[in-house]
Amino acid sequence: MGGTTFILLMLVLGLGVVGWLSARVRAALVSARGGSRLHSLPSYHGWYVALWLAVPALLFLAVWSNISPALVTNDVLASEAAAKLPPAGFQRSAILGEARGVAAGDRPMVGNPAAGPLVAPYRTAMAKYQMIGVIATLALLLAGGAYAFTRIKPDFRARTRVERVVMVGLFGASLVAILTTFGIVLSLVFESARFFSLVSPAELLFGTTWKPGTGPAVPDTFGAIPLFWGTILIGAVIAMIVAIPIGLMSAVYLTQYAAPRVRRWVKPMLEILAGIPTVVYGYFAALTVAPAFRDFAAMLGIPNASTESALAAGVVMGIMIIPFVSSMADDSINAVPQAMRDGSLALGATSNETIRQVLIPAALPGVMGGVLLAVSRAIGETMIVVMAAGLAANLTANPFASVTTVTAQIVKLLTGDQEFDSAKTLAAFALGLVLFIVTLLLNIVALRIVKKYREAYE
Amino acid sequence: MNSTAPVTTPTAAPLRRGPTAWKSGAMQGRIAARYAAERRFRRTGLAAVLLSGLFLAFLLFTMVGNGLRGFTYTSVAVPIDFAASPLTVGRDAFTAPDADQQLAGAGLREIVDFAAEEALGADGAALISENAWRIVRDELKANPDKATQRGTFALPVASAIDTAAKYDGTADAERAVTALREKGLLSTGIHWPFFTGADATDPAVAGIWGALKGSVMTIMIAFAVAFPTGVLAALYLEEYAARNRWTDLIEVSINNLAAVPSIIFGLLALSVFIQFFGICQASPLVGGLTLALMTMPVIVIASRNAIKSVPPSIRDAALGVGASPVQVVFHHVLPLALPGIMTGTIIGMARALGETAPLLLVGMRAFIGDVPTGFCSASTVLPMQIFLWSDQVDRGFVEKTSAAIIVLLIVLLSMNALAIYLRNRFEKRW
Repeated sequence: MGGTTFILLMLVLGLGVVGWLSARVRAALVSARGGSRLHSLPSYHGWYVALWLAVPALLFLAVWSNISPALVTNDVLASEAAAKLPPAGFQRSAILGEARGVAAGDRPMVGNPAAGPLVAPYRTAMAKYQMIGVIATLALLLAGGAYAFTRIKPDFRARTRVERVVMVGLFGASLVAILTTFGIVLSLVFESARFFSLVSPAELLFGTTWKPGTGPAVPDTFGAIPLFWGTILIGAVIAMIVAIPIGLMSAVYLTQYAAPRVRRWVKPMLEILAGIPTVVYGYFAALTVAPAFRDFAAMLGIPNASTESALAAGVVMGIMIIPFVSSMADDSINAVPQAMRDGSLALGATSNETIRQVLIPAALPGVMGGVLLAVSRAIGETMIVVMAAGLAANLTANPFASVTTVTAQIVKLLTGDQEFDSAKTLAAFALGLVLFIVTLLLNIVALRIVKKYREAYE
Repeated sequence: MNSTAPVTTPTAAPLRRGPTAWKSGAMQGRIAARYAAERRFRRTGLAAVLLSGLFLAFLLFTMVGNGLRGFTYTSVAVPIDFAASPLTVGRDAFTAPDADQQLAGAGLREIVDFAAEEALGADGAALISENAWRIVRDELKANPDKATQRGTFALPVASAIDTAAKYDGTADAERAVTALREKGLLSTGIHWPFFTGADATDPAVAGIWGALKGSVMTIMIAFAVAFPTGVLAALYLEEYAARNRWTDLIEVSINNLAAVPSIIFGLLALSVFIQFFGICQASPLVGGLTLALMTMPVIVIASRNAIKSVPPSIRDAALGVGASPVQVVFHHVLPLALPGIMTGTIIGMARALGETAPLLLVGMRAFIGDVPTGFCSASTVLPMQIFLWSDQVDRGFVEKTSAAIIVLLIVLLSMNALAIYLRNRFEKRW
């Protein structure tokens, strides 16, 4: 089936090109013979014919490839050989799937004896519907092409029609963003609703014990407070303690003190830091930073020091966020009107006093917005915490102990070997919903602050 | 002086103060303190910049230091006499489509182990990698003449021996290495299977080609979907869309999607692409679609900025000579904005190439021992390979992980360099 579809696709596209070329020639001839000027350029007539050729046929192919397997199965089930099949269920679909695979040539031979007699009905049904599909596609191709071809006349407004199709395409492309957003919201809400029918939302949001999948003897408990705490500790506290001072001071230095030559070198360096994949940061945290922190903690005699510490993940995440904070602060400081800076300097303030008492207070809303965006990024970050923060759901303020985060648990819940409908996998979607809402709120608030502040100075 | 007193406080005593004594010790001290604070502040700023530079240098240094040896492997020279112990298959087996199976059944592994014991002593078979015979097999397939003669093959040693040869290994392995070194049989060279192989449990044959090819195919899908959609959406929003609620909704969702954590896209892909549409799991197709949804907002935002920077006079001139709105955009605005669009797209694609989290959820973390052959076959990507290897206990995988990181960083840096080059070379300032 796949091979035929591919050949048909090629045929449609090839005929589209042929239609385009011949319609162009014909339009030019029509105008030359009739002595009247064309309304549209010949190539628009070409596009018109090509679209009529290809679009209906492609739409049909897309629909057909979705419904024909069901038609084939119907035919097979109606045949005599299917009477002996077990009633609907897993076994039945396994037998059908095997017979289909053999008939399509994807599998070498029949392993299940019950599937054997079904191969022949499958072959005939497949051949039949394949034939119907090919004929219908060809008919649509020819009909569409012929219809469009006969419309080529000097006063035919081919350009207007083609441009209308282009506009529909542009609009359709812009809808993908909305569809994605709706897809995210719907899938998260839908799966979370199924989870909340098993576990109450209050348990998830306010429970303090996180123990999914402890075995059949102990019931699963989904209290996500330790996860939220771990996420905040790593993303909003430790990472920000690293990223805000360094990022802010880098931005101040780069905008106020650094010579252009220095800036030319430092900016790309920060961009490289921002462009390093998170999995590399995660490996760096797990391999180099975490053991160093553990040894340090052991030297200080801190209990519960672990190789998978919140501190290692948080510090490395902070390093990752530095370029982000720096560039946001850079923008905000640059947006402060030059007159304020000049006025302060003219009164005799040093640069340092100007920055601390004029520029930074004036830029503070923008910087705050940037920090909120950075926090939203940090709490959604996955690989660093998966690799370096560990999976133990501890409710502890000790940064050297192991904590876990929302994202790390989503990964853990969904990469195991359980069926899709278990409470564990659904819990991942509920956590995803919480994460989505929190980051969305942070982003909206941050963008509003930044926007308001920009308007204040414009 | 009275005339200059503030009008608002007529009852206050007139301000009488002499000129500031700038030369006085107290004043000089205050100025010195302020200048010192200035210097301290400036140094703090410099320190912050240096600190981030230091982090970057330390990270790169660690990766390069750990990874360079991942590109090499220790091999031992072992003579194999195929004339004395012939294979049980004929010559045409080497060119048959199922040559690998035929040679595996022809006792090749036993011959290689036997030759190793002959050459290296009773524990010779344990010194070479358990996959050494695969290397021999590939050499024989490339040159079937060797299969009937006596020849010397450079066989990869076992992982423990390799570790001992490069660093410090176990006492047994160290002893074996010393013995082999004395005989002059050990050599270390570029490890080609690393560039041509797929994932394996044995560092001697584990390679990145499978993951690299998976990455390339995934990115091709992501580009094919996200680039046209993103550019067309940007054109619509920037050039045609009426200012109304609907357009606002599109804009808000694009801006939010750009800031949604990447793992959420993984959840979306899992429930929509895999559960609902049943697209082949763990394949470059589903991974590429996931990354396309993730990158599209980035491309839209970059494209809109590029389109915005094309001056309105170009549009006015084209409209003035009779072009239709669609012609204005596709003949004039789009070509002029294309360098900016390409720069944004390449940067977005580089980000997608380094992305791991959403792909974890669509099943791409499985162990894939073969190089992917099609867009629907199970595959992994380079960042995922790094993640999988970082979990391996075998010491040999530490250097493999870092070596794979070096390859990934080189690919990403060259993509970014290309973007910067395009920006500098083609972007017009109006």
